[in-house]
Formats: sequence, structure tokens, C-alpha cells
Amino acid sequence: MTEKNVVTAIHDTLHAEMAADDRVVVLGEDIATRGGVFRVTQGFLDEFGEQRVIDTPLAEGGIIGFAVGMALHGLLPVAEIEFADFIHPAYDQMVSEVSRMRYRTNGDFGLPMVVRAPWGGGVHGALYHSQSIEATYGHIPGIKVVVPGTPYDASGMLRAAIKDPDPVLFLEHKRTYRLIKGEVPDEPFEVPIGKADVKREGSDLTAIAYGLSLHLCLEAAARLQEEHGVSVEVVDVRTISPLDKETILASVVKTGKAFVLYEDNRTYGAGAEIAATIAEEALFDLDAPVVRVGGPDAPAMGFASSLEHAFMPNADTVTERMLELARF
Amino acid sequence: MYRTMVTARLIDEASFRLNRQGKAPFVVPVSGHEGCQVGTAWPLRPGRDMWVPYYRDVAVVLIAGMTPYEIFLGLFAKAEDPSSGGRQMPSHWGSRRLGIISHSSPIATQVPHAAGIAWAARYRGEDTVVGCWFGEGATSEGGWHEGLNFAGIHKLPVVFICENNRYAISVAQPLQMAIQNVADRAAGYGFPGVVVDGNDVLACYAAMKTAVERARAGDGPTLIEAKTYRYFPHTSDDDDRSYRTREEVEEAKAKDPIARFAETLKEQGVLDTASIDAVWAETKADVDAQIDQAWSAADPEPSSLTRHVYFEGDGT
Repeated sequence: MTEKNVVTAIHDTLHAEMAADDRVVVLGEDIATRGGVFRVTQGFLDEFGEQRVIDTPLAEGGIIGFAVGMALHGLLPVAEIEFADFIHPAYDQMVSEVSRMRYRTNGDFGLPMVVRAPWGGGVHGALYHSQSIEATYGHIPGIKVVVPGTPYDASGMLRAAIKDPDPVLFLEHKRTYRLIKGEVPDEPFEVPIGKADVKREGSDLTAIAYGLSLHLCLEAAARLQEEHGVSVEVVDVRTISPLDKETILASVVKTGKAFVLYEDNRTYGAGAEIAATIAEEALFDLDAPVVRVGGPDAPAMGFASSLEHAFMPNADTVTERMLELARF
Repeated sequence: MYRTMVTARLIDEASFRLNRQGKAPFVVPVSGHEGCQVGTAWPLRPGRDMWVPYYRDVAVVLIAGMTPYEIFLGLFAKAEDPSSGGRQMPSHWGSRRLGIISHSSPIATQVPHAAGIAWAARYRGEDTVVGCWFGEGATSEGGWHEGLNFAGIHKLPVVFICENNRYAISVAQPLQMAIQNVADRAAGYGFPGVVVDGNDVLACYAAMKTAVERARAGDGPTLIEAKTYRYFPHTSDDDDRSYRTREEVEEAKAKDPIARFAETLKEQGVLDTASIDAVWAETKADVDAQIDQAWSAADPEPSSLTRHVYFEGDGT
């Protein structure tokens, strides 16, 4: 075991997979000579060469499209979209091509490919370096969408994503990159895609979150235990699609109260699907209405700290809302 | 070559007949494009090179190895349709076994795929060349530019073939681009662009042969623009009388690539009138038999609708 932050865990895992399997190639903007704007592919070009570490032109639709071609012809491409906010020009490739290749060929073709994209706010990224895109792609059958929140999960899920025969959108919350540290095994291991994880056990209410919001829930849970004796169970969604309803519902049935937190715009966000699932399938086990806390329905957060803080959830308000629910 | 052109034409004629009979709800015609399709597909090696076609490429997929029976399975949306099991509209080709890359309906999305396949082929040390076909309307799409740009930067083994029939559904070329020749665009990507008469199958063959040799030698892509014309509307659901005069269509039909090739073959003493008639008669009998066989095949099971969204352990 070695203690690492999230970005180092991703770097090390990607490096290990490239060293282990020469079908793995990486492509994207600024990933070769520069080593990635977040340094995820630092040193890769020298070690693996320009046939496997590819600085592409500035064209996101192309990046995804080239990766599709590579995946169709025996490679395991890991494409990087520099910021999740810039994936929109590739929406057609993602939806019309990536998600549908297996389906439209009745299983004849598959696309073993990973699209990595740093997402999320809290880094002074303003409108176009802060967005959440998980709900957009969670709505598209055929693409798996994962949102690991810890170094352990980021490492294990990236390895699982590379080995997955289907396309995986691998979302890395930027604020967690260097903020969140944890133990990561030195030997290769996988964390299964499609499985949520109980990150903290509790009995009074269930908090359901992912990405940076997971850590806000964990902080709030610790405070509530210490200051109010409230026992909060925290479920890390980890995979947006396919959603692990079983783990979420089991926890909610146990505690009888559900608190859903996400930083995306509240309306039609991933938390809406989670809340709807709980309402549909666990209504008679609930002791209180589901509480759903999401970002405001403004297009995005502002650059000014005051505007960013107003958009992002924080541990104080999360603690407050959880306490209200506990006392319902 | 001639037989393949005739086969494509007869598939078209039969498809429209079946459309009028109510047996084929949607037809994408090929007539008029047989010369440029056969000429540009012929230099590639079935089973070794890769085919990235678009929806009008009946003759391209015939050369890649798809049979009329399989094409009609697609037209009738049968369960055994090799392209999609009846999921996609007809003429959306695909077969992993034959190296025909499945494509969608949005235009030019397959062009970056062709570049990516070419990258992978070169990385794996293969001598594979990728052929990528599209219409002139596709060249307005951003993805088309992105694919050619990447292929040019890295001198990838791919040949881009534009079947320029002057209309993207109804929008005529002058409203699609400010230039006369799509081939001129190749200069922007650092590789040759060639204009060829799409009604001259041998000219198309010669241009493609040069381009394939160039690609296989590691000298990079070529953009071939074949000037052609489609004799029927865009699809069976289109009415081209709103945007093309009948005189223009008749004039184009007078330059039929199949008739022209027949003349050449007669002049060269390869075929005579009797043997040409025999090719048509034999091919028609063969195509008609395959239609009957395809028509009696099974439809997809409704319960299969949600299959193959994700890997099920029986494919790639």
C-alpha cells in the first residue's frame, strides 16, 4: 500500500496498464509533450513513444472518432478530453457512434475504449471548466459512466474500465485530484464498474453522493456524529450508469431516510434518477420524504469566489440539511 | 467489374419494385454511382483491407464480399441481416467478418473512424489500407475535416473517396461550397486531391490504384473526387422533382457508367452484345432468387430489442 492523491493514482494506473499491454494507447490534447494539463500522462511520451502517446489536433469530435477507429481495429484507446466542459463537440460521436456501435450491429462490433474527462467545480473554473456532464451521458444506454471519488476507487475503476469490452466515460473530479489522499495497493487490482460502495456505516439516515460531494457528505457525517449523535450511512454511487440500485436501496431500507447530494444543476441531474428510484422502490420503508440537494438551475458557476461558493455545495449546509432530515 | 456494376443496378431496380409492392418501406438508391463505386473499391483486397462506406455504397460492399442475399436481408430488416439484424435502416452497412465498418445516419461521422483504423493498422505493422467513402455534402461537416486533417498530419494509410453527385438531398453544390472541386480541399490537409470522371469505371480504378499504392507505401492519404450523378431521388421517401429538372436527370442518364463500360468492353473485344445480354440475364435471375430467399427469412424477435446494449460474452 502507498498513500497517493487521486491524480497520482490515475497516472500510476494508466502507466501500469500501458506497460502491461501494448494495445493500450492514449490520445488527446496536450497529453504527450506536455504530459497533460493535470499531468496525468507525465513522462508517457518518452517511455511509450509517439505511436502510443498521441497529441491530437484541437478537435474533440475527432479525438473520440479516432479512438473509435482504434478500438475497432484491435487497440484499447484511452482518450482524454482536456476538460469535461469541452466534450460537447464530441456529443455526436459519443451518442451516435460510441454508445450505439454494439447495439446497431446486433453485437457484431464492440468498442473497448475509455474516455477520461476531468469534471466538476470548486477550482475557479467558471462556466467552462467546472461543468458536470454525468447526467447527460448517464441517460445514454450503451456507455458506462463512472465517477470514482477516492484514489483507491480511481485506480481500481480505471483498470476495470480499460479491461471492459464496452465504452466507459471515466469522470475525474478536478477538486479531488490533489485534495483527496488515500491508500492504494501496489499490486494491480480492479474495482468493479456498476457497484456502489458504503463508505461509512450508519443507522439514522443514508447520504448518497459521488465525486467531491461524497467527501462533503463524509465530513458532515463525522460532524453530525460528534456534535449531535446522529449516525449517517454514506453511500458512494461510484457508477452513474449502470446504477447500482441494490446497494442504494438496501441502505435506505435500513435507515429509513435518504439524502441525495450532487453538484450538477438540480433539475434532471443524476440525483433526480436516484431520488426517483428510492421513491418508486422504497416508499414504504421511508420515514421522511427524500431530500435532494443539487446545484442551482443557473447555467453554471461564476468565476468570482462569491459566485462559485454560491453554486457549490459545502459541508456546513450539507450538515444542516442532513440534521433537519435526521430530526424529521 | 462489369458484373458487379450490373448487380448493383439490378439490386436497385428490384428494391424500388419491392418498395412499390409494399415489401420494402425504405430504399437508398445507388443507380448512377456504380462506376465510381466499383472503380474505387476494386483495388482494395477483400479480407485484408478495410471498408468504411456510406449508405449509397451498394457496389462497394458487394466487392467487399457482401452478397445480394445479405443486402436484401437488410432491405427487409430480417433477423439475420449481417449489418444490424434489422435494427438500422436499410443500406447502413457493417460486417466485422468482411472488414466493413458499421456506420450511422449522421453524415461524415465515419471519417474520423477511418483515420483511427488507419492509425491502428500502421501501429500493428499491417499493410492494411482503409477506403472511406462519402458524398460531397459530407465535406461540409466538421468531422470530415477532423478526419482528413489527422490523416494528413500523420500520413495515414487511408484513401478518401467523394462520390460527388452534385446534390446533398436537395441542396446543390453551389450552396454547399464555394469551390468547383471537392478535391481542392486536399491541399488544406497536405495530400493530393484528384478529380476523376465517376462515370468512367476504369479512370476511377486507375486513380484508386495509384492512391492505394501510395498509401501502402507509407506516403499518406489521397482524396479522390469522382464526379457522378444519382438517377433516382435521395431515397424512396424523397421527391427530386422539386429540385432537379427532368432534362438534367435524362442528360445524366445518357452518361450511364454501365453502358459506357459495355461499349469499352465491346471495343476491346472482351465482351460482345450476346455475352453482355447474358450477364444481365444471369445476374437478374441470381438477384431475383436471392430476393425470394431473403423475403422468407425470419423477422427479429420483439424480445431481442434490449439485447446487445452491452457485451454479452459472445462477440468482441
